[in-house]
Amino acid sequence: MPEALIRFENVTKRFRGTAVLDGLTFDVMKGEVLCVVGPSGTGKSVTLKHLVRLLTPTSGRVFFDGTDVTSCDGRTLQRIRGRIGYLFQGGALLAWMTVAENVALPLEECTDLPDAEIERRVAKALEDVELSAAADKYPAEISGGMQKRAGLARAIVRESDVVLYDEPTSGLDPVTSVTINRLIRKLNHELGITSVVVTHDLQGALTIADRILLLKGGRCVECSTPENFVKSESRDVREFLAAMKGETI
Amino acid sequence: MTVVREPIWDDAPAGRLQGVARHSVGLFASFGWAAHILWESVLSFPGVVCRRNSRADLVKQLYVTGIRTLPVVTVVSLFMGMILALQVGLELRRFNQEIYLGAAVMLSLVREMGPFSCGLCLAACVGSAIAAELGTMKVNDEVAALEIMSISPIRFLAAPRILALFLMAPVLSFYCCVIGTIGGGVVGVTQLGVDFAQYMSSAISIADTKDLFVGLLKAVVFGVVIGTVSVAEGFGADLGATGVGKSTQRSVIVSFLMILMLGYMVTRMCYR
Repeated sequence: MPEALIRFENVTKRFRGTAVLDGLTFDVMKGEVLCVVGPSGTGKSVTLKHLVRLLTPTSGRVFFDGTDVTSCDGRTLQRIRGRIGYLFQGGALLAWMTVAENVALPLEECTDLPDAEIERRVAKALEDVELSAAADKYPAEISGGMQKRAGLARAIVRESDVVLYDEPTSGLDPVTSVTINRLIRKLNHELGITSVVVTHDLQGALTIADRILLLKGGRCVECSTPENFVKSESRDVREFLAAMKGETI
Repeated sequence: MTVVREPIWDDAPAGRLQGVARHSVGLFASFGWAAHILWESVLSFPGVVCRRNSRADLVKQLYVTGIRTLPVVTVVSLFMGMILALQVGLELRRFNQEIYLGAAVMLSLVREMGPFSCGLCLAACVGSAIAAELGTMKVNDEVAALEIMSISPIRFLAAPRILALFLMAPVLSFYCCVIGTIGGGVVGVTQLGVDFAQYMSSAISIADTKDLFVGLLKAVVFGVVIGTVSVAEGFGADLGATGVGKSTQRSVIVSFLMILMLGYMVTRMCYR
């Protein structure tokens, strides 16, 4: 039986009295790609932020590899964060550094690796995301899709066990979206990276996911394989699928 | 220390009274937050000097704080000295005491106006830029990205900026005094008929070590306060561009108020 690497246990998060997450419970298995889908404002990005304790739950607990992220000490949290890469919507690259310098940053700041090894790893990460040619460019000089790929290279350069993707294809053209989705799958296949992908791109999710989780009202209403997801009889899933196709039921 | 903060309360205030109470607590929390940032930054100063990326940022911040503000500081201090000389000189002329013009201008500049005008220039030029830059980074998730990479935003972003202001503020304050004195001399010579050599001799004879020390102390305090307030406001920015604008505005207003209040307190402490 596959092992759960991440576990959300009855997590509730309130902002000014409104419950964005409402008793959310789910597992992410080691080595799988879990896509989290759902309408805007259902707490998808909030869910990701709980995993690295950028947010703490009002109630409930989040576990990473058996450790309670919500209550662990700073040192443990740092160790957990060291195993997690996070791709933000805009890439979150530092504007005054080149792509290569951005990718090298976590290695330079958090490890004692020699410069040659850092250069090798940066080159490898950029090659993995097919961005070697833009290594010396600044974030403002490259496209949105390339910025996301650079952010992805930075997320994997520390050889993370898990990468969290926050809307990796939002605002991108269909061709670039396909490239990003292909990269997510490739990193999962070749490097065994467990991935949690928050996305609006249902077509992409159906292509890359091992399982799809539908959030509605801060709760998990469906979590199943893409095949079972599209066949689901759940009213919420049918409504979501219809909305994605621009239909009503 | 995490700089990506959550609201203190998860729920909305039950009534107006609770809203006011929460606002007051929030105000104290902001002071505590700024003090904590300053303390963590001071602890990070060795790391800033030792780490390559932070050291490069420190050099850049020293340049931005010290060199890029020179034109503004020069113009402000020059006119400050000219205005002082004109106002004081006209009064002194009524009593035929123009020979004390240099002393009056120098004393005003070294004790109060030098550090004060330098502080205002730094708050307007550098503090606002820091708050806007860090605020933009915060709303673009760059600060959160640093935290997730286990890179302390305090050491990486806040400490070099506060350290640069700490180092450059007294230098700029001294420069303000020099330029202001020259400006006063120009007005004295051209409009009040004072001999320049006499003006300078009077100015230099009045300045003593204590005045210079207190003036530089004020500048250091202003520099640290401007840096801390701007960084705290930048890290506290949220809600997109509007939030960044508000944080920038608040950083300038709070810095100005702190400069005035701390200026008085240091004067009160040093001249009893």
